[in-house]
Amino acid sequence: MLLNYSQPLEVTNLTSWLDSTLRGSLSEFWVLLIEFVIVGALLLTAYAVIALILIYAERKITAFFQARFGPNRVGKWGLLQSVADMIKILLKEIVKINRSDRFLFFAAPFFMIIASMSTFGAIAFGKGLQAIDFNIGVLYVTAVSSLGIIGVLLAGWSSNNKYSMIGAMRSGAQFVSYELSAGFALMTIVVLAGTMQFSEMIDKQQYCWNIFNGHISSIVAFVIYLISGHAETNRGPFDLPEAESELTAGYHTEYSGLQFGFFYLAEYLNMFIIASIATTVFLGGYLPIQVKGWEAFNGIMAFIPSYVWFFGKTAVLIFLSLWVRWSFPRLRIDQLLNLEWKYLLPINLVNIVVMVILVLTGLTLTDLFPSLF
Amino acid sequence: MSSVSKYFSGLFTGISSLLKGMSVTWKELWTKKVTQQYPENRDTLVIADRFRCELTMPHDANNEHACTACGICQMNCPNGTISIASAMIETEDGKKKKVLDTYKWDLGMCTFCNLCVVTCPSNAIKFENTFENAVFTRSKLVQQLNHKGSKLREKKK
Repeated sequence: MLLNYSQPLEVTNLTSWLDSTLRGSLSEFWVLLIEFVIVGALLLTAYAVIALILIYAERKITAFFQARFGPNRVGKWGLLQSVADMIKILLKEIVKINRSDRFLFFAAPFFMIIASMSTFGAIAFGKGLQAIDFNIGVLYVTAVSSLGIIGVLLAGWSSNNKYSMIGAMRSGAQFVSYELSAGFALMTIVVLAGTMQFSEMIDKQQYCWNIFNGHISSIVAFVIYLISGHAETNRGPFDLPEAESELTAGYHTEYSGLQFGFFYLAEYLNMFIIASIATTVFLGGYLPIQVKGWEAFNGIMAFIPSYVWFFGKTAVLIFLSLWVRWSFPRLRIDQLLNLEWKYLLPINLVNIVVMVILVLTGLTLTDLFPSLF
Repeated sequence: MSSVSKYFSGLFTGISSLLKGMSVTWKELWTKKVTQQYPENRDTLVIADRFRCELTMPHDANNEHACTACGICQMNCPNGTISIASAMIETEDGKKKKVLDTYKWDLGMCTFCNLCVVTCPSNAIKFENTFENAVFTRSKLVQQLNHKGSKLREKKK
């Protein structure tokens, strides 16, 4: 095994060493089995850990936006607060609701968690840190992440509760509308990149991220993707499915304990997933900042491991989403649908045409200045 | 204004007003945090002077107070929070005089309306802003305000 001295902190060194040692003593079947189990366990752990970190970060940043301190009693700077909350939620009783549809009621949280978990697997966290890499990755992500809405609708329906039902219906309307925008925004970039595979898409962005490459069109697509992605996670100004002043908690009103925990976890992870897809598609994924010709600079930037770049870029986008959340008041349902159908969708359709023209006439930055990018 | 220009002007004014809102919250993010970290900041904590927390009867250096045991505060108290026990003594010149024996005040029933202090003819009681009044049993809330062995301050002639 050769150590990669220019990038000593990459995980690829560890994974390729593990793979070659296993292959040295075991047959193909057992190697794959062991590796699948390890990848699955790591993904599940990462899922829980990232959710805990996000919950802590959100509570802290929210507090700072409101001139408060946020959690600061459990552990240093309140670092253990979300761990304590997790233990509390695990210990709570799962309440059985009278006259609810028992089977659907219990099935709903799993739809949520499975949808976000399978999207989670398709994220490229770093070099060699991607579990699912189809040649139709973008399509896969849009398809799988939209399964979550089934969970929301089931939860609202099976609770046998007016508030839950209204919340779920609002969420359904919102999700169906905004998924369209998110899909079109991703499609704009697929036109630019010429591929749907995440790994290939990232490799192409080495010197020029997609958001710069398609200039006007890319930036519009980026903003639209962030808005619609934000709306899909039922947060911020788009949180009317769980508007607590009108609907107590919306579709998950009747849930308690671990089932509520699933909804909670999926909500935070969806925020992370939206941010990380945006990172991958628009901001060059796990690639460091590279400028053609500046070899010393490129070397230093590449020394920082790829997963740090990925989580850094994602954290910026998550901060943006929190910033939006604490800036704007909640939309009414008609305003919400107006925004989508009268503004985002037409702009998006025009934007795709503009992007196609840019690509076909060679007006992207890589085509215009091949020496720079 | 035609509907087309209305659409576009609405779009752009909307975007600019959203950005303005975000700049406001961005500034708010860096403002000083206003939370009072209570148990740690006991030394620097400022409680307003007029904040009414605990009824007290000021005693001077000679262990003398100004209460004549007239009972007006007891009568004025809407909740029956104050109970005054008085005693009759005979002074040196042979006169009978009513003096204060025990002045009991129940914090648990008090609404801090301040009527007792307002109506006291000799300014013998007042409310202090010492607010840490929590105790473990209800009986501890009943306090005796006059100190042990204290007596009425003689008026200067």
